[in-house]
Amino acid sequence: MGQPILFLLALGFGFGPIFQRAGQGNYLQFLAPGVVAMSIIFFSVFSGVEIIFDRQFGFLKETLAAPVSRVSIMLGRTLGGATVATLQGLLVIAIAMIAGFRFNVLSSLPLLLLFMFLIAVVFTALGTAIGSLMRDFHGFQLIVNFLIMPLFFLSGALFPLEGSPKAIMTIAALDPLSYGVDGLRGALMQTTHFGLHLDLLVLLCLSAAIIGVGAYFFSKVQV
Amino acid sequence: MDSIIEVNNLTKKFGDLTAVDSISFEVKKGEVFAFLGPNGAGKSTTIKMLTTLLEPTSGEVKVAGFDVGKQESEVRHSFGIVFQDPSLDEDLTAYENMDLHGVLYGLNRKERKERVEGLMKFVELWDRQKDLVKRFSGGMKRRLEIARGLLHHPKILFLDEPTLGLDPQTRNHIWNYVKDMNQQEQMTIFFTTHYMEEAQRIAGRVAVIDHGKIIAQGSPTELLAQTSTQSLEDAFLVLTGHEIREEAPDNWSMMRNIRKAKR
Repeated sequence: MGQPILFLLALGFGFGPIFQRAGQGNYLQFLAPGVVAMSIIFFSVFSGVEIIFDRQFGFLKETLAAPVSRVSIMLGRTLGGATVATLQGLLVIAIAMIAGFRFNVLSSLPLLLLFMFLIAVVFTALGTAIGSLMRDFHGFQLIVNFLIMPLFFLSGALFPLEGSPKAIMTIAALDPLSYGVDGLRGALMQTTHFGLHLDLLVLLCLSAAIIGVGAYFFSKVQV
Repeated sequence: MDSIIEVNNLTKKFGDLTAVDSISFEVKKGEVFAFLGPNGAGKSTTIKMLTTLLEPTSGEVKVAGFDVGKQESEVRHSFGIVFQDPSLDEDLTAYENMDLHGVLYGLNRKERKERVEGLMKFVELWDRQKDLVKRFSGGMKRRLEIARGLLHHPKILFLDEPTLGLDPQTRNHIWNYVKDMNQQEQMTIFFTTHYMEEAQRIAGRVAVIDHGKIIAQGSPTELLAQTSTQSLEDAFLVLTGHEIREEAPDNWSMMRNIRKAKR
């Protein structure tokens, strides 16, 4: 929880004046959706990866010995983890509002919840897929540094994609989180880079695909 | 009495290592069966195959008449298992752990409520129902796991080293619960243990596995006669030798090692 808030306050107030002077407006308004996305993806991935923990400390055996299909267990964990991650995201928005972030609550809320939940589902399922392939925690730091962080930093969460170098824009277009962040911004501030429909389409397709992948790897887990 | 567990030529290979080498045995309905063997003999691997947690490389296993490979769900409904390491969710209360098990096994709300209460009282943990499991001692966790394993009224109860590391009072309680289940419900009991005196007292029949092969099968008395010894512990030592066997580190020691490495 602490890290996203730190980002929000330090970067938001730190870069605020520069952003303003560059003619881009209020940085806090721009940044808040990105920070919400950040808290969601980190929590989601940890949630999914938690199964290694369960495997190490036994609870996984109980679920595997039970007459419940692996797919049900995986879906249950994904939806559960995604729900809690979404609530965390709401908490971050609340804190951002205290810091000065403003948005139209009533009209934005449904779309906002949808995008937060979809991002959470994608990353929880991703975490489960990764967790199913790992035997212990050794590789975990590597995964965070070389997969999750790049996905976050190159998603337009921290800086606008319009006007960035072509290389960055290309990578961002391949980064699934970009569509999530864009969707959040669209829901909160009615400005989008890719268009809300594309964002939604990409996230829905990706959710389905990654749940499939996660379910497959989870079904292969042996204690 | 017919067989409730039938194992025929069961084999498990991990790459080049043959952990379980074409073993065959059966357990009769209502028996108390002890599965003994030194560390690394293939005990845990065998139990995991009997309980659908591991796929055999070859061979046939039938539990309660169902094939473990083809009728997984039916097999899982027919047994309860108490693992060697605790498999409870530490962040939930005792009651919640029991309830969750009921949900996973398809019990309806009424059944769950009645059985959870009945079983928690049976293992004398009902007044701790609202406590988080992380606050329980090892013995309490084990008792809770036994209650949980019985929740769906299984025909067979698997117990992997059920009394390991527990004080005599708790051990006594646990074997009493197990004997009650066996006598009153004709529940088949399949357990492993290193405490040979317990196996000798409780078990009706015993199988000894070593280096992946069954080296002896029969009642404790038969094994004593076979090895010309006075106690099951001596019989065991005759059958498996006096060398110490290495075991793989358990998960807690591995976790400690990871912590040290991080610093």
